[in-house]
Amino acid sequence: MSKAYRLEISHFAVAIAAFAVGAVMALLQALSRAEVAVPFRSEKMYYLSVTAHGVLMALVFTTFFIMGLGYVVARSTLGKLRGEGLAWISFWVALAGTVMNAGAILSGSSTVLYTFYPPLQAHWTFYVGATLLIVGSWGFSAVLLASYLGWRREHRGQPVPLPLHGMLATVLIWLIATSGLAVEVVGMLVPWSLGLIDKVDPVVARTWFWWFGHPLTYFWLVPAYVVWYTVVPRAVGGRLFSDKLTRLVFVMFVLFSTPVGFHHQFSDPGISASWKLLHTLTTYAILFPSLVTAFTVTASLETAGRLRGARGWFDWLGKLPWGDPLFASVALSMVTFMLGGFGGAINAAYAMNTLVHNTAWIQGHFHLTVGTAVALTFMGASYWLLPRLLGREVRPRRLATWQPYLWFVGMMLFSIPNHINGILGMPRRVYSAGFQGSPVAASWQGLTAISAVGGAILFLSSAFFVIVVVGTVLYGRQMPAPAIEFSVPLEPAEGGGVWDRFGLWTAVAVGLVILAYAVPIAHLYGMHRFPSPAFKPW
Amino acid sequence: MKVHLYERIWMWLAAAMILGFVSAVVFAAGSHAIHPPSHMETVDPTQVRIRGEFTEPRVEQRADGSVLVVGLAEMFTFRPNTLRVPAGRPVTFRLTSPDVIHGFEIVGTNVNATVVPGYISQTTVTFDRPGEYLIVCNEYCGLAHHLMQGRLIVEGGAR
Repeated sequence: MSKAYRLEISHFAVAIAAFAVGAVMALLQALSRAEVAVPFRSEKMYYLSVTAHGVLMALVFTTFFIMGLGYVVARSTLGKLRGEGLAWISFWVALAGTVMNAGAILSGSSTVLYTFYPPLQAHWTFYVGATLLIVGSWGFSAVLLASYLGWRREHRGQPVPLPLHGMLATVLIWLIATSGLAVEVVGMLVPWSLGLIDKVDPVVARTWFWWFGHPLTYFWLVPAYVVWYTVVPRAVGGRLFSDKLTRLVFVMFVLFSTPVGFHHQFSDPGISASWKLLHTLTTYAILFPSLVTAFTVTASLETAGRLRGARGWFDWLGKLPWGDPLFASVALSMVTFMLGGFGGAINAAYAMNTLVHNTAWIQGHFHLTVGTAVALTFMGASYWLLPRLLGREVRPRRLATWQPYLWFVGMMLFSIPNHINGILGMPRRVYSAGFQGSPVAASWQGLTAISAVGGAILFLSSAFFVIVVVGTVLYGRQMPAPAIEFSVPLEPAEGGGVWDRFGLWTAVAVGLVILAYAVPIAHLYGMHRFPSPAFKPW
Repeated sequence: MKVHLYERIWMWLAAAMILGFVSAVVFAAGSHAIHPPSHMETVDPTQVRIRGEFTEPRVEQRADGSVLVVGLAEMFTFRPNTLRVPAGRPVTFRLTSPDVIHGFEIVGTNVNATVVPGYISQTTVTFDRPGEYLIVCNEYCGLAHHLMQGRLIVEGGAR
């Protein structure tokens, strides 16, 4: 193992271990939902596995992977990290928090799902563990910012290296987002679970949660975009179509990630309709950077096809390396994200949300977005990173080649039936959707069975991924590690200009958050409210 | 900032598409008064079974022909469990929870509200098609979450 990347490799190891456990939890759920009589099938096991799958995949796998990727990007674009000691302390804090939180879930004391809405009350180790994970990620954020600021002092007037630009945007989104989560968890749920306070207000807690919960999705997505924009065009032999627009896209995510949270609370009481409508409008603004991405990344891939000799309108597609697991993962992620993105526009639609809120549609939606556009991109990025960090060839190569396609097929079979069942009214997160012989519930069964087949295929694909990672580490043929190189723009970059002014954009972003949240939160706190005592119905 | 012509065209199209989405949403909200349930009224969840309007969950015909449903979503049932309402009349649901958060979704209709202890969720819907509808809880509320269900019977001929 290369000493230089020990920090990064440690993060990826935790991420992939969490992924492996999360995948087993997913298989349990898929089979249970399809009423397959697997051993240990019970309500308790089902809701526990939903909680563990959500936390391990959405919070642990993503956060550790993103921290590892951030360190790779900072080290390779800036030449060094500043504060590597803090980075290691943060790693151990985050890992300790993860173990504490996962222990709480797996012991059965904290079956609160990964949204942990009070007045459902988990064991205090669940909340303290989650807090430590977030504190670790703040240490990561500090290291990235310090490394960048130190570099900037020595390189006045130079544009921020583009991959780092995206990772800095990720860090800023994360810091704004997690401020809300800290209010909820540290200010309310930790003291409540320790018995220091008796009651908490569920709507206040949900509001702080969704202050965090939507930008969380861009904390996942922007690093995936860093791979799409700055890794893939180079890896397939093309050029980045536009450097400036890439920076614009990253900045727009900093601005619009957070002031949108009420679109997760459309059906909540205690928040007025006009503020929900305002958050609808800001939510639509955030479609724009993703639509720009669809163009810029596709155009960058086209340059690769043309540099390989393509001439006509579409034959550049055929010239792209479809057998390369990084490219295949990202190309399939992009296709999937188009479907997921339009689904998201429906979720955000103020009135139409009623049709899909908390139905199977939602799990269909976020498995296309975070579950594929992000997760499959991270798997593809792993195939690119492994040789570069370890100095070993990916092995078994054939499993790595098939894995993204298998994921795509499994995800379509899983997700499309869930979207349809959601429109037909099937609720999400149910152990069984039989509803005691209700005829309308019977009409969901066929599609549920198809989605379970999709889930089984996804599990197989997950197993391929884990086998390839382990196989490469243990048996991959040693070779000189290829260089970590990022995309070069089609036309020489003129410098980042205004899009590199992160201080300014952070100030604007914070201003937008205050505009979107100050009045409704003040209103909520000003109401005569009746907080709730704790319940543990599992 | 120099932007390639094709990219500029695409950005205008993207902006136009977003504007189209937003216009549709605002138009539906404004002209048809379609809003998500956003009622601003609180109630003490530890007292709802003891005093006040929720001690008697019921369906009430009002003098103006409209219908009022006062209901509880609780672990793990809805009260009243079977609702009979006439077709073609506005039905106002007033709902709260004495324990955890629940969902109140009437499958195949526009009723989908989050029921939160300490708050009253209120929404008004007119059911046009007579028949029997399934009511489900769509927010995880504990180990019997999937068993929490009710019935809405929309009776015809009331027009």
